[in-house]
Amino acid sequence: MKTTFLDFEQPIAELEAKIEELRFVQDDSALDISEEIRRLQKKSQTLTKDIYAKLNAWQVSQVARHPQRPYTLDYVQGLFTDFVELHGDRAYADDAAIVGGMARFNGEPVMVIGHQKGRDTKEKIYRNFGMPRPEGYRKALRLMRLAEKFGLPIFTFIDTPGAYPGIGAEERGQSEAIARNLYVMAELKTPIVCTIVGEGGSGGALAIGVGDRMLILQYSTYSVISPEGCASILWKSADKASVAAETLGITADRLKANGLVDRVVEEPLGGAQRDWDAMFQAMRRALTDTLAELRKQPLDALLDTRYQRLRAYGSFKEIPAK
Amino acid sequence: MSWFQKILPPKIKRRAQASKKSMPEGLWSKCPACNEVLYRADLESNLEVCPKCGHHHRIGARQRLAMLLDAEGQHEIGAHITPLDPLKFKDSKKYPDRLKEAQTGTSETDALVVIGGSVKAVPVVAAAFEFKFMGGSMGSVVGERFALGVEAAIESNSAFVCFSASGGARMQEGLFSLMQMAKTSAALTQLSRHRLPFVSVLTDPTMGGVSASFAMLGDLIVAEPNALIGFAGPRVIEQTVRETLPEGFQRAEFLQEKGAIDRIIDRRQMRSELASTLAMMMGRPALAA
Repeated sequence: MKTTFLDFEQPIAELEAKIEELRFVQDDSALDISEEIRRLQKKSQTLTKDIYAKLNAWQVSQVARHPQRPYTLDYVQGLFTDFVELHGDRAYADDAAIVGGMARFNGEPVMVIGHQKGRDTKEKIYRNFGMPRPEGYRKALRLMRLAEKFGLPIFTFIDTPGAYPGIGAEERGQSEAIARNLYVMAELKTPIVCTIVGEGGSGGALAIGVGDRMLILQYSTYSVISPEGCASILWKSADKASVAAETLGITADRLKANGLVDRVVEEPLGGAQRDWDAMFQAMRRALTDTLAELRKQPLDALLDTRYQRLRAYGSFKEIPAK
Repeated sequence: MSWFQKILPPKIKRRAQASKKSMPEGLWSKCPACNEVLYRADLESNLEVCPKCGHHHRIGARQRLAMLLDAEGQHEIGAHITPLDPLKFKDSKKYPDRLKEAQTGTSETDALVVIGGSVKAVPVVAAAFEFKFMGGSMGSVVGERFALGVEAAIESNSAFVCFSASGGARMQEGLFSLMQMAKTSAALTQLSRHRLPFVSVLTDPTMGGVSASFAMLGDLIVAEPNALIGFAGPRVIEQTVRETLPEGFQRAEFLQEKGAIDRIIDRRQMRSELASTLAMMMGRPALAA
């Protein structure tokens, strides 16, 4: 697969193109230029490291939306075995923007639920760009209940621009579907580990994002509103998205500093899209650790801790009684 | 400036302003739905419902709670919780300045008011949104007061009632605001555990993160006539699907037709209907008429 480079990665792209050219030359020349290629490759790595060390919030948003990042079904393939996809909400339809099913993780049976985006135009449309409709949330809820019944821990993978703003979605109770999930996940009697692997878009993300631990990949975002949406409301111009991204505090490091996520999973150099296998390895370690931690607690204590965490969200001032 | 003055051409506007001196302030008001000119006192005594067309005017949080609760035995909950600026948020204005402006404009410290008391002697903790406070947006203070209200209801064996009027989550507190959806929904699991009723009253407008959390989790979900209720705003939907929205889309009557809410209740019957249904859910004797 040819790497797609983002705007701010252009210097890397140019260097990589040069390396590619030299490789081509090397094939049909007697001259040994492998030394030169190695030198350029090293330079490209250093450049990538430098650029990625200084990403601003808007650039991170671009990486989070990178078309070559692993999506939920890629993580399923990379981390789980025996995956059996389960479809439909048993009431209206099967929403392709949320996938889920049973699988084994390190041999142990689990439930996997996540948003799913598409790669090519046809699949993007089929997956509705990862924007779920009410039936998607209701399918997720059905699978969560199933997991509870059979004592399967749940892993969710969050990657959505947000819930789909459509006429049908409203008619079928988008609000209720999201709200119901928040309520049920708060007291579901099985461990829940949520990971943001790309875009954490508002209510559409939160609807499968309530649990015992919140993990986030290094170059992922989680926000109450998209930077573009916020900019067009508060600055009256979508061009201010980069400013909005900065001030909304949507990057992994700021979320961690504000106590809104528990763990940041490091991505390979240049982002998850550059090296899927390395990303899967880091994810496997993070998920294995997290599940082991949660397994240490008896279910009652787990649920109590979960409630206390939810209850504690917020930043406010308390004026002592006079 | 009233909406009426806004739409006047400048020439008439100047004249209208010049002649304003002779008009006593606020004696008359015009119904935005039927254009009828109404005597303020009539409108007030009719609970801010237009006597001609039945249009429910938007009202403030305290006025709302005063209409519901018995006059005696009221106590406010969570007034000691006040907002912070965790993100140092700044758009064209700094968040603290916006807060100050809203506080001065509404005499409230944030967008939710919670009062414990009773409705026709049925014990109730009631919360109401102040829409004029930054569009009734939900940030950390709203979430915390809501949770404190639920806990107070559990403690005093009361029902919990919430009147929503909100544009959704408050952008200026970023993800802290989004997490209030999870927090308020979680609080309601505790109320259920104690088998105490939660009645959610949707008033104009109830949108976004408020609608997609506790507002849709009532044991009973009722709405005022014609209230706008939904997840995505009508403009966002129109831009996404590129078609004109059907007549009455996202209005209370539309939601009832789609099966999303239990009932539409006229504001003038709200107090007696809520008292009567709450008494049934709480196993109390029938109320005297």
